[in-house]
Amino acid sequence: MIRINCPYCGERDHSEFSYGGDATINYPSLDASEKEWTRAIFFRKNIKGFQFETWHHSNGCRMWLVVERSTVTHEIKSVKPCHPDLQKVVENNK
Amino acid sequence: MKAKRLDNYGKINRDKILSFRWDKKNYTGFEGDTLASALLANNIGIVGRSFKYHRPRGIFSSGVEESGALVTIGSKDRRDPNVRATTQELYNGLEASGQNAFPNVNFDLGGINNYLGRFFSAGFYYKTFMGIPPFEWGRGTAIWMFFEKFIRKAAGMGSASVLPDPDSYEHAHDFCDLIVVGSGPSGVAAAIEAAEKKLDVILVEQDNLVGGDQLAENDFDNSQIKNQLENLGIKIMTRTTAFGLYDNCVVGLLERVTDHISAPKVNIPRQRFWTIRAKHIIVGAGAIERHIAFNNNDIPGVMTVNASKHYLNRYGVLTGKRIAIATNNDSVYETAQQLSEAGANVTVLDSRTNFEIETNKSFEIRKGCVPYNINGSKKIVSLDISKSENINKSETINCDQVLLSGGWSPAVHLLSHRGVKPKWDYSNACFLPSDSKENITMVGSSRGLWNKNDCIASGIAGTTDALNRLGISKTNYFFPKPGGWKNPIQPLYEVKYKKSRSKSFVDYQHDVTTDDVRLAHREGFISVEHLKRYTTLGMANDQGKMGNIIGLSLMAELLNKEIPEVGTTVFRPPYTPVSIGALSGRNVGKHFRPLRVTPMHQWNIDHGAKMIEVGLYQRPWYYPKENETLSDSCIREASTVRKTVGICDITSLGKIAIQGPDSTEFLNRIYSNSFSKLQVGKARYGIMLRDDGIVMDDGTSWRLAENEYFMTTSTGEAAKVMSWLEELLQTRWTDLNVNVTSVSEQWAGVSVAGPKSREVLNNCVDDSLVVTNNNLPFMGVTSTFLKGNIPCRIARISFSGELAFEVYVKSDFANTMMDLIWENAKKYDGCLYGLEALGALRVEKGHVTAAELDGRVTIDDAGLSKMASTKKSYIGSAMRKRGVLKNNDREILVGFFPTNLKETFNAGTIVCEKNNIKGQGIGRITSVTYSPELGHWIGLGFVKGGLDKWKDTNLVGADPVRNKQMNLKVVSPHMVDPKGERMYA
Ligand SMILES: [Zn+2]
Repeated sequence: MIRINCPYCGERDHSEFSYGGDATINYPSLDASEKEWTRAIFFRKNIKGFQFETWHHSNGCRMWLVVERSTVTHEIKSVKPCHPDLQKVVENNK
Repeated sequence: MKAKRLDNYGKINRDKILSFRWDKKNYTGFEGDTLASALLANNIGIVGRSFKYHRPRGIFSSGVEESGALVTIGSKDRRDPNVRATTQELYNGLEASGQNAFPNVNFDLGGINNYLGRFFSAGFYYKTFMGIPPFEWGRGTAIWMFFEKFIRKAAGMGSASVLPDPDSYEHAHDFCDLIVVGSGPSGVAAAIEAAEKKLDVILVEQDNLVGGDQLAENDFDNSQIKNQLENLGIKIMTRTTAFGLYDNCVVGLLERVTDHISAPKVNIPRQRFWTIRAKHIIVGAGAIERHIAFNNNDIPGVMTVNASKHYLNRYGVLTGKRIAIATNNDSVYETAQQLSEAGANVTVLDSRTNFEIETNKSFEIRKGCVPYNINGSKKIVSLDISKSENINKSETINCDQVLLSGGWSPAVHLLSHRGVKPKWDYSNACFLPSDSKENITMVGSSRGLWNKNDCIASGIAGTTDALNRLGISKTNYFFPKPGGWKNPIQPLYEVKYKKSRSKSFVDYQHDVTTDDVRLAHREGFISVEHLKRYTTLGMANDQGKMGNIIGLSLMAELLNKEIPEVGTTVFRPPYTPVSIGALSGRNVGKHFRPLRVTPMHQWNIDHGAKMIEVGLYQRPWYYPKENETLSDSCIREASTVRKTVGICDITSLGKIAIQGPDSTEFLNRIYSNSFSKLQVGKARYGIMLRDDGIVMDDGTSWRLAENEYFMTTSTGEAAKVMSWLEELLQTRWTDLNVNVTSVSEQWAGVSVAGPKSREVLNNCVDDSLVVTNNNLPFMGVTSTFLKGNIPCRIARISFSGELAFEVYVKSDFANTMMDLIWENAKKYDGCLYGLEALGALRVEKGHVTAAELDGRVTIDDAGLSKMASTKKSYIGSAMRKRGVLKNNDREILVGFFPTNLKETFNAGTIVCEKNNIKGQGIGRITSVTYSPELGHWIGLGFVKGGLDKWKDTNLVGADPVRNKQMNLKVVSPHMVDPKGERMYA
């Protein structure tokens, strides 16, 4: 079982979270071309090792998180809020 | 075999006699017995028949590795197959029977398979699937299809009850600093050391007593250890198996709470499934003694040496009279001495020629000898032996029991669950655990330590390792070196039989012989993973705990490689079987998933509602009067809505509060239609697309104030939409100043629909002016009060196509609102209507729901192109016309009438062209209803090209599931009041 250390709630079972997806995608602007959107939505890397991915603490504080997780060992290196302002709050409270 | 109970041996409670039934006969045993020890005490040798050949099988071990004594316990709805007799504690009234035999294990007609052996060799099933040569060369598998049921019956292992499980199971959770698996000397030492260093410790033991292998020592008393552990505050969990290790030091445990009790209390669960979250795991799971492959090594009376020691010292059962022990290592000599002191005539055959061992000379040792063949079928008559130098029958010795020790395999299973590969140790002829990067430490004989003092030292070292890794201490420590015997072990896995057709078993339960391994090799299955699947070696209940190493060594020999080059298969959880009941816990029947009810749930039932489950929600289905059927009631309710007024609970819709200065911009980006000019006090229907341009959900958003909206979503997509909005705001548009809050549970909603709805509502509100056509036009919104000073929100929104309002109050006021509106609706001959009538009304209007918006449909497919703004960009706008989505033969939303208006059809019907009724056709019907307004059945669905293409053509509805076919015509989806005059009234 993966355990994720939510910056707001503390360490919890992964069953409290929902998996989002690749956290490194820069979504194009809404008026960007079909081609740009196609690349953003459908072309994904299949990383062996650490990757940044989003998780939603859906059965907790409802925060969207960036989790740095190894796809091989499930080891988690870091967990941060997605929202930059929330990131700052967490940093300041450390 | 001549087993008997001895007076002066064992730790059983002789004051407490337990009676039990075995294969329909009565026997007795004592408290503290296992079923296996009680059977042995009653000199019962044959306890089952083997999987393929139906050979008589006895008790091979005294623990979880058992692969012979698998029996069925209990009867009727408590019939539990494949239980290991060696771990089943005896209780009064226990009922057990042998498996895989007809009529019984002593006389089994299936035994004929023993003589048909060559048809049942490795890969037999796979070959049968492919067609039996030469009869079916290239012609399929008809013979398998015909024989399958007989073969399955003949090659089964017990049968589970098909009745509902009467027992309850429980899920439980716990946390600790350190979990120690196994209560042998190493585990206990680790636990004590950790508790003294103030760690919070859980000690898990699969046996009912703590002590581990020490329970087989004649002078061992475990009560002192137990007291010491308890005094240190260690949580001891006996009858509990750590069946699997998972990420982040999570351990799965199965606690057998009542499996040893004859009449458990009803309020106690049978088993408990524990999830333990630890900071460190210490595994002292012990080691498992291996057997040796030689001809007829499965005859009842064959057992591991250590098992006979357990039976003697723990249960007071001497398992044989004339005992031959075959070994290649030092571990058997203490047992040999004890057996001979207990009265047995013992001969040890040791494959080694050069070694020294101290004994009291009460038994004979024959150096350089190995077992060659057992004579006998249902019991051992004699043993042919051979010189280890030159394998061939050299002599025959009379005996009734043969005990085997081919070496010991450390139980590395749990570490293997974490992907840590064990490494082969030549000097000890076994796999040893490698170091783990995770916080897991192996101690005791599961790291290859064979003497007790080393085990204790390793336990203390293990805890020091844990303390260091947890950053509590920085202490040097070392583990004793693997081994501990005076003389080295000499590898001995198989003694080859010179004659053909040997039955030299590697895996007892699955009847895998050494010949099967050779056959697999000849046929090219040389990887261990292929070998395993082809021969089924190690795939039985015991998962190869005894036989795997023998199979590997044979394959290594055939490939001319060393065992480490051949590798080992990966052990996966569970270590021992876990019942499905324990996995489901309390999540069965009505508790399988959560149940959601609206605040007026009881009110609906009190007013005659029949309920239906929609997703997790219980919603009113219909409100029958007297003897009305569903159809009668639905027709009456829908007609009443169109004629006067109806009331429907719509609380299950998702509701989201959207607040903040950028709320309008936010809605404008997520909805396909424009929200920029929506005035305060107005609502708008909106459609959300996914990034890829497909419709996600539809709903309404009400502008309550400049910076505040109230959004409704469909019932089914409510949670998804909420997560989606949060994702957008927290990850993509972090500059937008918007807050979203789920208020689905906070508001109770009702729809008041029909030509008389305004009058009804007029009587319900404090200020009768608020709902006039002027003050509340179509899509108007107001915040006001119901009579009794109840704050409410009203919007003039219609799903039914009638003049209609949605009224929301705080959930606490739900019943008051229902009473008030219902009282007034009755005055206009109104009705309560349920989901069935709601469905009929919306299908008549061609309004789509989840049945249509199924995740494959674009906004154009749904006929809602007008809802897609061309003046702005929004989520999905770049993608909604991509590639195939712009094809002009896409399936478009239409209405369907049966050509013969007296006919009916069902949702799921496939729409085809007349002389081309096949495959997926050209469309499908997604929703159907009887239309009270039109007086016949109507449907909504999709057809390639839409209404324009098929307007006056007769199509066919094919319903192969129900074996039905009807003629159809395609009509506009707006089947009633297409101009919407009623809504605007
Ligand atoms: Zn959280």
